[in-house]
Amino acid sequence: MTVDPHSSESSGHVPERHNGVQWPMLIGLTVVWVLLWGGLTVSNVLSGLVVAVIVTLVFPLPPIVFTGRLRVRGLAVLIGWFVVDLVVASAQVAVQALRIRHRPLNAVIQVDLRSRSDLYLTVTAELLSLVPGSLVVEARRSTSTLFLHVLGVRDESDVEAARRRALRQEGRVVRALASDEELAAYRSEGVGR
Amino acid sequence: MNIADVVSAACLLAGCTLSLIAAIGLVRFPDLFSRMHAGTKPQVLGLLLVLVGVGLRLRDWTDIGMLLAVAMFQLLTAPVAAHMIGRAAYQGGAVRQDTLLVDELTSALEADDPGQSGRT
Repeated sequence: MTVDPHSSESSGHVPERHNGVQWPMLIGLTVVWVLLWGGLTVSNVLSGLVVAVIVTLVFPLPPIVFTGRLRVRGLAVLIGWFVVDLVVASAQVAVQALRIRHRPLNAVIQVDLRSRSDLYLTVTAELLSLVPGSLVVEARRSTSTLFLHVLGVRDESDVEAARRRALRQEGRVVRALASDEELAAYRSEGVGR
Repeated sequence: MNIADVVSAACLLAGCTLSLIAAIGLVRFPDLFSRMHAGTKPQVLGLLLVLVGVGLRLRDWTDIGMLLAVAMFQLLTAPVAAHMIGRAAYQGGAVRQDTLLVDELTSALEADDPGQSGRT
């Protein structure tokens, strides 16, 4: 991923790849290692830590900028809607798959997200990919734009509905994770549209 | 046979049904993107239901930890894989326009300066 050097936006700046030790990453990798070995023993934890250090040193990743805080209520709303969406989406796609002599019409739409954050862009894209009739085909971090493939649209109003659904998903992500300043900026951006 | 066994059996059956429908969708849908919908949606929920069903039946923390890891990796990797295939399809020109009502990505790609085509 390269970024336009003339971009003056702070979001266009790719953080340096980290060469130091990333503690959250180490702990996460160790937990996965212990889960995979299926037992919490001293040797498992130690070997997991060794593997985690090697992995983070060999494959350094840019740090995720996270300045917000977890909001319990927003998170509950986000997860609740995700489960509902997942069930509804599965039913819809299942119906589409089973209908005889039916060619679903699709659309590829552009959604400009309101927030400017790699983390929210990623989380929103992940969730959108997993839920109702939408699939992320392309993402641009410089402008926080997602391109979605939407299954089973009939007309323009369905297209607009899909766009609104994507923006609502982003709103739920921001309300679950953002700091107060980010939330205020997000709201004012929403009013500006 | 107690209530957990009944719920477990129901989850397993529902999960298997959804996975079967995903397979049918893979065969029946006309183009790549529709097929990816079949691959990511009913199959993700289908797998989760199967995992819940297995977890309710085993009731062992070691196994449940392993099932959680499976669910986590499935949720993390399915969208990434679909995204990579989608991008490759667009850049390789494997998109069937006759199945699309609206296509805003092709015009956006064409509007891009050719020198910046790698920038996404």
